Amino acid sequence: MAGEKKVKLAFYWAATCGGCDVATLDIEERILDVAAIADIVFWPVAMDFKYEDVEKLEDGSVDVCIFNGAVRLSEHEEVAKLLRRKSKVMVAFGSCACFGGIPGLANVADKEQIFNIAYKETVSTENPEGVTPQTESEVDGKKLTLPAFFDEVFPLDRVVDVDYYVPGCPPAVERINDLVGIVAKYAETGELPPKGTVIASEKTLCDECPRKREEKRIKEIRRPQDFMPDLETCLLEQGLICLGPATRGGCGARCIKANMPCRGCYGPTAAVRDHGASALSAIASVLGLDEEAEMTEEQLTALIDQIKDPLGTFYRFTLPSALINKVVRKKEVE
Amino acid sequence: MSFEPKIIGFACNWCTYAGADLAGTSRLKYPPNIRLIRVMCTGRIDPEFILAAFARGADGVFIGGCHPGDCHYMAGNYKAKRRVELLKRLLAQLGISPERLRMEFISAAEGAKFAEVITEFTEKLKELGPSPLKAEGGKE
Repeated sequence: MAGEKKVKLAFYWAATCGGCDVATLDIEERILDVAAIADIVFWPVAMDFKYEDVEKLEDGSVDVCIFNGAVRLSEHEEVAKLLRRKSKVMVAFGSCACFGGIPGLANVADKEQIFNIAYKETVSTENPEGVTPQTESEVDGKKLTLPAFFDEVFPLDRVVDVDYYVPGCPPAVERINDLVGIVAKYAETGELPPKGTVIASEKTLCDECPRKREEKRIKEIRRPQDFMPDLETCLLEQGLICLGPATRGGCGARCIKANMPCRGCYGPTAAVRDHGASALSAIASVLGLDEEAEMTEEQLTALIDQIKDPLGTFYRFTLPSALINKVVRKKEVE
Repeated sequence: MSFEPKIIGFACNWCTYAGADLAGTSRLKYPPNIRLIRVMCTGRIDPEFILAAFARGADGVFIGGCHPGDCHYMAGNYKAKRRVELLKRLLAQLGISPERLRMEFISAAEGAKFAEVITEFTEKLKELGPSPLKAEGGKE
């Protein structure tokens, strides 16, 4: 059936770095398979379509929409809703669309704080009138509009219904190939995996990690810039905060093979609601296990103080999808 | 109307829960603000439980476990203690007072200590006022 009736694909990027679109091209010659089975109806990074072209399509006429990036602006929400209406299948592609990702770390501040820093307070900014982006403004008697900047960053599934998730920053080539396989099968047979499927491993990264593990226990937290970790031993056992025990596998342990600890871009496994809590739990439980019965409060504090930035470390990719997904607006403590 | 904080408490089966029982059978008085949940060990308390309690509007979370060296499962209480310490730092980063999370070691013989700690914690939370997450509507 391939070739007879092609699958219609749409791609979109919202709050993202563009790496997901680049990763799509990392599948190399398989992109030709995609071209053989699919017509691309929308892809802002690569092709010249406008939003109105999408609006003209019939509802439900796009087969698969591959959406990367988090929702930061009203424009992202608007296009997400538009594409949802036009598409049979919505795929959250990459950590930003799945969990909020790196742009989601902006949830440590609200719109006002972000605008103050970005447009007023930085040393290199010269803005004596304190101008910040407005959704409407008048220039030479003409009304200009800009998308609204939300107070917080959302993962895609907070604004539209999502069918499949492909986590990763960016998703591994093997998993993109899996997605191509799913689209190809859909083109041929009309069959799809169960709704909500995460196209990655069902186990944690430790399961696919090639390193040797004994008993995990660490007294001292070390950072990658401080030393050269050996290539064979578990990075956590060497004192590096590796989120492998709490993070979904499927990436092929790319960072680990490059001698860098896991930072958690694949998010939590299906059994876990809050990735950061799970990571925090895993790291806290292996810290300083010897002589703990005699440990004083001061020693415990010193031990825990080695973790400089728990929020940024454990929620690096998942803050907007956490149980407490942003810093409270009326802070009790600084 | 004066503010009555809601406290979610997690107590280990072997020590603190028995301690709370003793407080009851000894007819000791303590404020009714705590809702106590029995777990087999404080080591079973996933930090997710604590965050979920706050996200759903708890003003404070109390963890009660065995004294050092007394854990029925060897090291559950130490792990819980470290998780709580780390969580306090996370709460502070989220703008929530770490004083809203309290862990105490209370044995099965310490009914009086249980009543005392809960009284004190309730007073502290009254001082702090409602959880800032509540004001923002919470979620889930």
